[in-house]
Amino acid sequence: MNMQHEIIPDAALVSRYIKGEEYALEILINRHKQKIYSFIYSKVYDRDVTEDIFQDTFIKVIRTLKRGAYNEEGKFLPWVMRISHNLVIDYFRKNSRMPKFDNSGEFSIFSVLSDSSLNAEKKIIKEQVENDVKRLVEELPEDQKEVLLMRIYEDMSFKEISDKTGVSINTALGRMRYALINLRKIIDKHNIVLTN
Amino acid sequence: MAKLYTNNSIEKFNDLQPKEETVNFLLNYSKALSVINCKKMKFEALLN
Repeated sequence: MNMQHEIIPDAALVSRYIKGEEYALEILINRHKQKIYSFIYSKVYDRDVTEDIFQDTFIKVIRTLKRGAYNEEGKFLPWVMRISHNLVIDYFRKNSRMPKFDNSGEFSIFSVLSDSSLNAEKKIIKEQVENDVKRLVEELPEDQKEVLLMRIYEDMSFKEISDKTGVSINTALGRMRYALINLRKIIDKHNIVLTN
Repeated sequence: MAKLYTNNSIEKFNDLQPKEETVNFLLNYSKALSVINCKKMKFEALLN
């Protein structure tokens, strides 16, 4: 059967189809489907879109042939390819964009693109964490709290802290160290979770 | 000559085929479609 199909040239199959022999179309489609489908896929990189354009291509082919509007000037395959090429252009024009990324593969474009702004949930969590930290700081002894607030919230250097509080730099460093140790102790003791 | 370490993607494209449903749809569409000539006008009719 297949051997026989190979012998019949496209032009003969087209004229048989126009005369109403439906099986001729089946041979034509099966003979060229791989080439046409691959051609479309090489342009759009999407199986579903390829399937759609392939179908639209042959709908156009069928309608043209049935209306008797096909002229046998060129060859059948280049003609079909031209139709699919035009439909691919239509597709990109309609979507007015360049070929898109295929996101089904290993590489995901979203792995390199991210939205750095916090979403509503994360904003709330961040506020809660900050409030918890403020309350914890309030629990510290006054001298430690003073150094910690100046260092962390006012961004002062230990030299500046030492000048302002009238203690030595080493004392300021020590108070900061104990402030952090005490904060960790309170956090551990109460099993407080301070992560966003 | 520099070596190219890219896959030959064109080779991959050659294995692709449309789904059987698509081909069957087209064959059925073809069978259902008939063009009626009426003087200078042409009408398409889909008969299932």
